[in-house]
Amino acid sequence: MILSNLEYVPGKQITKHLGLVQGSTVRSKHVGRDIMAGFKNIFGGELVGYTELLHESREEAINRMVEQATSIGANSVLNIRFSTSSITQGASELFVYGTAVVLE
Amino acid sequence: MFELIIFLVLLFFGYFVGQYLESSHYKSIKAREKELNSIPAIATRKLPEEFEACETKLVSGNVVISVDYFKKFVAGLRILIGGRVTTFESLIDRARREAILRMKAEAAQLDANYVFNIKMETSSISKGQKDSIGSVEVLAYGTAIILK
Repeated sequence: MILSNLEYVPGKQITKHLGLVQGSTVRSKHVGRDIMAGFKNIFGGELVGYTELLHESREEAINRMVEQATSIGANSVLNIRFSTSSITQGASELFVYGTAVVLE
Repeated sequence: MFELIIFLVLLFFGYFVGQYLESSHYKSIKAREKELNSIPAIATRKLPEEFEACETKLVSGNVVISVDYFKKFVAGLRILIGGRVTTFESLIDRARREAILRMKAEAAQLDANYVFNIKMETSSISKGQKDSIGSVEVLAYGTAIILK
């Protein structure tokens, strides 16, 4: 599976477009991390727990997108975009979408 | 009276620890930027013609950076008179540069030569509600180009 946020893959021809595929996940942080983050809020600096959490969630969203792409017979997802939205305080949605294509 | 003391202590720690963390973060950013200068990050979508045979791979980097008590306080004052909120400018600048660096570091692990079509996304995890955690997340992503 080739993932790319370009609109094409250099040196390869797109034989078929299969439309939009997407994956999303909604995650919330847990209380322990929240308390630590509360301390960090006084001193500043990176919130490592949150960074990891969001990174993992994005991987999960990508996996879901790839699953969907595989099920419709694509071998590549192009023009990938990420999007993040906070639904309520303490939970955010991570969304990834792209175009499934078949490369020769 | 007691509340005032707590406030001043928090402000004091926020200022000194926050400033220290910020300057050491900037130092590490500048050092790593020099190191990763060999991988240019390019915002164009089209590759040059001569890159016919190359491998591509999606790379990304993200970081969540928290505000400190002092920055929050200064921004609160700023809102009364308007104008540039310099304390938050440096915060977001740090987050952006850090995210780009992490993306480049991932590209460097793949022995990539360039990163094309960089996109950035900024989101505030908590939208400045009272008693919530003020932090900003930056995600940078692009396509790493590995020339053969």
